[in-house]
Amino acid sequence: MFRRLHEPSEQSVSIDFEGEIIIVEAGETVAAAILAAGAEYSRTTPVTGAKRLPYCMMGACFDCLVEIDGIPNRQACMVRVENGMKIRRQEGKRRLET
Amino acid sequence: MHSAETIVVGGGMFGAAVAYGLVRDGVNTIMLDGSDGSLRAARGNFGLVWVQSKGLGLQRYADWSRESAHLWGDFAADLKDSAGIDVNHQNGGGLNILLSEEERENCRRSIDIMRQQAGADGYDCEIIERDDIQKMVPGLRVGDGVAGASFGPHDGHVNPLKLLRSLHRGFTELGGRYFPSNEVSKITHDGSAFVAESSSSRFTAPKIVLACGHGITNLAPMVGLNTPIRPQRGQVLVTERIEAIVEMALGSIRQTDEGGFMFGNSEEETGLDDGTTLPVTQNIAARAVKAFPQMENLRLVRNWGCIRILTPDKCAIYDESETMPGAYVATSHSGVTLAAVNARHISRWVATGETQPNFDHFSARRFNVPAAA
Repeated sequence: MFRRLHEPSEQSVSIDFEGEIIIVEAGETVAAAILAAGAEYSRTTPVTGAKRLPYCMMGACFDCLVEIDGIPNRQACMVRVENGMKIRRQEGKRRLET
Repeated sequence: MHSAETIVVGGGMFGAAVAYGLVRDGVNTIMLDGSDGSLRAARGNFGLVWVQSKGLGLQRYADWSRESAHLWGDFAADLKDSAGIDVNHQNGGGLNILLSEEERENCRRSIDIMRQQAGADGYDCEIIERDDIQKMVPGLRVGDGVAGASFGPHDGHVNPLKLLRSLHRGFTELGGRYFPSNEVSKITHDGSAFVAESSSSRFTAPKIVLACGHGITNLAPMVGLNTPIRPQRGQVLVTERIEAIVEMALGSIRQTDEGGFMFGNSEEETGLDDGTTLPVTQNIAARAVKAFPQMENLRLVRNWGCIRILTPDKCAIYDESETMPGAYVATSHSGVTLAAVNARHISRWVATGETQPNFDHFSARRFNVPAAA
């Protein structure tokens, strides 16, 4: 659905999205990587469970929430990819451990 | 020139509640509001329907707040009918968490004074211990630094943004005319009616209600009213949304119906500056974590400053002008708590002159007592 407008640079990193290793461009955001990888969705909404992908790409809409390296509810558009990063979908609301 | 039976100046919690009540009673009403650049007290509310701390020194105000809390359930249902919006009213009581022995002692003293002041009417608030707090909030772990809490059975909370929206929608659905971007700069009386002027329009009505927050300071003298209010800043923090773990309002901590936690308990005398500062933000967050340690793991997503409208005794002012009858003022920082009485009783007072018992206690004339020699 999405393609990069430029040739991929030589610098790439690998990240783990839902157990699948994907090669992405160094320096891009987790949200851009998820879109480029063609993911079906990256979170489900807390109220209706609707599937969502990153939308505004600028920190405003919170539609790109994912779990990054075990920390839930992170805005994928505000975080740059790092080698070995583990990304999981944010399924509904976060649970808070006591 | 636009004309009506009543003009309400101000589209915030007070103005919109009174205006909503007026159109509900069939009064032809115009509501005049500021613009996005205006100081917007009603956009920054915390959302408490709060009784336990209200009315120290003015028992009529304690009763008024409690009455409003009791009317709130019906009021929320009424708003849902008129506006189709559920404002998520919760009224299961409220806890004010005390974080030191000093806070506990101050709270105990206030409760004693409120009890004496209330007399036969009673004052329903008591200090409870950690074990009982824990039972009331099973989804949270009470921190070791908690020295107790005061529990008020009449307290609750509501979504303040949905409340403001429902008041506005209800007002227009019922035929009220709303004029945004019409900040009133001048009010005169032409012999038969008041005339309110903004930079773009003129409005006329035989009655006018000033409910425009700090805008009152400039406008009240134009209609012969003396309304002493001052600004006080509160800062609010909001976290990421998580699963619902606490329904009860916890004073300066509450979980919204959407899942985010709000924290806020600051009081700063900073004029009309509605900014935020790091030390205050840190202190608010530290208090929340001290009360409930698991808050430490929550991500903050936003914080803001908001300017309260404070009267000298922190109790509401309701007045009709003696020199220019038909001009009213209604103001307080407790616009959410008082929305129910404002929509029911204050609109009726404006429309018909019918007052509630001891209503004159709310006049700003209470501040004119000469100091003892």
